[in-house]
Amino acid sequence: MKISVIITLKKDVLDPQGKVIHQALDGMGFNDVNEVRQGKYFEIDTKETDPQKAKNKVEEMCKKLLANLVIENYKIIDAQ
Amino acid sequence: MRSAVITFPGSNCDRDMDVALKKFGFKNKMVWHQDVELPKSDLVVLPGGFSYGDYLRCGSMASKSKIMQSVINFANSGGLVMGICNGFQILVETGLVPGVLLRNKYLEFICKNVFVKISDKDSAYFKNIKNDVLELHIAHNEGNYFCTNDQLKEIEDNAQVAINYCNNEGKIEKSFNPNGSIKNIAGIFNKEKNVLGMMPHPERMIDSSLSGEDGSLFFKNLINNIK
Repeated sequence: MKISVIITLKKDVLDPQGKVIHQALDGMGFNDVNEVRQGKYFEIDTKETDPQKAKNKVEEMCKKLLANLVIENYKIIDAQ
Repeated sequence: MRSAVITFPGSNCDRDMDVALKKFGFKNKMVWHQDVELPKSDLVVLPGGFSYGDYLRCGSMASKSKIMQSVINFANSGGLVMGICNGFQILVETGLVPGVLLRNKYLEFICKNVFVKISDKDSAYFKNIKNDVLELHIAHNEGNYFCTNDQLKEIEDNAQVAINYCNNEGKIEKSFNPNGSIKNIAGIFNKEKNVLGMMPHPERMIDSSLSGEDGSLFFKNLINNIK
């Protein structure tokens, strides 16, 4: 079963990379962008076949390793 | 006095730290990250470098390595644990010290000498040190100290800020902040002040003909405090 996770920076955390990407987009003519925030995306292929159990495991992974909860939020987006 | 320096895959200041500790009288042992037990030590050092290639977040993979459970137990029982640069990043990932280290504000790798003001002389690390300001070296891409407002209040209430970036006179101002750290923070303690994480490298300032000697002051003072 494959589960995807998106990690994003929390609202108040400065994202200098996102800012530079925003500036670059602006320079390329994409002038209607308000803000860019950069994050991370994970695809986790697990042996677990029960969707709820798999989700719970991935949530634990997020809390223990994949995200740093001081600065990041995680979102488990699907179980297939 | 006995010390231990942990080597992770990608550590590159471990040998420098070994040289520095021995120079000032520590009997130092190098410890591999896959070892489970620490040798008997009065001080454990997590050195600088790029453990695990800085994958995921700097220090995050190293913070889960086998030896770290022993390091955490040692710290929780009051043992002195010092993390320098990548070692500081590993410490924040273990939760032994609060906050995180973000990418430098201006996205550049900074490699230069800086001045830091010793903001608290209550710990084994800085007690009795004569100077208020030290000139030390920094070399990092992720040294931008960040924490939540609640954490910051707690850190300040407990006097956990160890050193701040400043000028040669000890003035702590934004213009002397190299990387965007909150309140110019360059190093912090845990609540009990037996764990110290800091970005500057004292081990790079121990030879008058190669660098400055302010790192020597730090190590000499540290070993005197531990004796």
